[in-house]
Amino acid sequence: MKILVPVKQVAVLDEDFELRDDGKDVDVDFLDYELNEWDDFAWEAALQLQEQHGDVIEIVPMTVGPEEASDSLLKCLGKGGERAIRVWHESLQDSDPAVIARVIAKVAQREQADMVFAGTLASDHGYSQTGVSVAAELNWAKAAVVSKVNISPNASCIQVNRELEGGLEESIEVQCPAVLTIQLGINEPRYASLRGIKQAKAKPIEVLSHTDLGLQDSDVGIAGSRSRVRRMVMPAKGQAELIEGSVVEQAARLADIVKQLRGGV
Amino acid sequence: MNSILVIAEQRRGELMPSSLECIGAAVELKSSNNSTVIVAIIAANASEFVSQLSLEGVDEVITIVSPVAHFQADFSEAAALSLINDRQPSLVLAPHSVDAWGYIPALATTGNYGIASDVFAIRYEDGNLIATRAAYAEKLHQELEFPSYATTVLTVRGNTFKVIEQSGNPVVSDFAAPAVDLRTKHIEYIEPEGGGEVDITQAELMLSIGRGIAEEDNVEQFAELADNMGFTLGCSRPIADNGWLPKYRQVGQSGKTVANCQVYIAMGISGSVQHMAGMKHVANIIAVNTDPEASIFSIARYGVVADIFDIAEELETHFE
Repeated sequence: MKILVPVKQVAVLDEDFELRDDGKDVDVDFLDYELNEWDDFAWEAALQLQEQHGDVIEIVPMTVGPEEASDSLLKCLGKGGERAIRVWHESLQDSDPAVIARVIAKVAQREQADMVFAGTLASDHGYSQTGVSVAAELNWAKAAVVSKVNISPNASCIQVNRELEGGLEESIEVQCPAVLTIQLGINEPRYASLRGIKQAKAKPIEVLSHTDLGLQDSDVGIAGSRSRVRRMVMPAKGQAELIEGSVVEQAARLADIVKQLRGGV
Repeated sequence: MNSILVIAEQRRGELMPSSLECIGAAVELKSSNNSTVIVAIIAANASEFVSQLSLEGVDEVITIVSPVAHFQADFSEAAALSLINDRQPSLVLAPHSVDAWGYIPALATTGNYGIASDVFAIRYEDGNLIATRAAYAEKLHQELEFPSYATTVLTVRGNTFKVIEQSGNPVVSDFAAPAVDLRTKHIEYIEPEGGGEVDITQAELMLSIGRGIAEEDNVEQFAELADNMGFTLGCSRPIADNGWLPKYRQVGQSGKTVANCQVYIAMGISGSVQHMAGMKHVANIIAVNTDPEASIFSIARYGVVADIFDIAEELETHFE
């Protein structure tokens, strides 16, 4: 049984940044990157299933992104798995989640994967679309916002909990093959060992383009997207009144404010 | 005639309040888009929701009877797809809810529609739809357009659009959805752990801690401070996920909304969308964080850029 885990290298804005000349995104010089937190939990869920069931479960991380995105794959491989896949071509630039899902689905088919574990959302743009779109591309069952997974390898269905609003959960049965979108808190992601990090560098990362997966230029990038960025805008800044001064002064003023507000309740 | 379709949601027989906000958004838009507003409800007992959905400005309420009592992604997707095929709305609105996350992106893929999620502003310019949503952890907003799509589906951020109070007199009809293979099956609901005497939804004064407290051993210091100040202790998601505080103290989308809170002190909480969903309505938010760029400052009334441990220690001396 093979589990494909698509991960995203999310962008974090520098304190000061500039937009690109076309105004549709941030200039890449002002971005730092890290593995999406949700995907760390998704990869951990796959690692734990493999530990539970042994080699009958194969787990493969993948990403869609330029060479720098390999860092996220190495982070996964440092904890387990034997190989990874990275898909990139310049025509994939500015793809929306629908395009990313199309690419992931093609990889899932090529790998003959039985399950896809995706993060519920990503910390940069918070789309929460990709995983469930992958399910539609593959015509598989899906369950979103999964907080517990119970799988027996090769069973025709699995049992998962979905985390609903307000702390309520729903236990459901899902037919396989399926896409699960994994929620924070489902497990405790491990840290890679130094030995693991060293070994990861020797593990192969296969690099593919969209055409290797049978996709045309018109299927990807802006042309294949279901939304198009018109422009990025700076939101109106909130007007928090900043309490300045030394820590002693700040705390004293804060105490006054609290006492005054508390009196009104 | 052009139409805007709202797909309303229910859970366990209760209409989800976010559905009413979607109706508010649709009615706000109908004049600029010169369209009718259709509201559809998918439920085993769909007809029971008709009167709640019959609001001023709604032209038609459509009931779609579900074969199952609980949300089921395949059915919702197929029913929505079939209704959109029948009515050809240019715009479809659904709440940005957990259930919507479970089928709306699949609906857009299968139906070949434009899509955007977590949208908080919608407008038309020269007849073109423009949706605004956040990007880069809320630090920027992106305006999206959807050229070449006859239908676009948007999931709408909660607490953004006004609910209509006035009732109306829409046409009511039933729509028969196609039978589909239901690939998931509801087993049971698992209720959240109760907090006994602690109910943060009732608390008027809250002090919440987040990732900034760094270690479990530091929780005690803030618990004592909250106690001395007469505040109820709350937390953001990572604190509950780590088991440092029980889940019933968690504020946010997957935790609780602090509905009665008057004063909310956020210490070491950067302010994710999910956390802010549970507290941004509070009139007096005080944020303490070392990062001057933290999103929480954009919704706070008072901000303190400082180390939370230093502030906590000093604050103690004022509330002994």
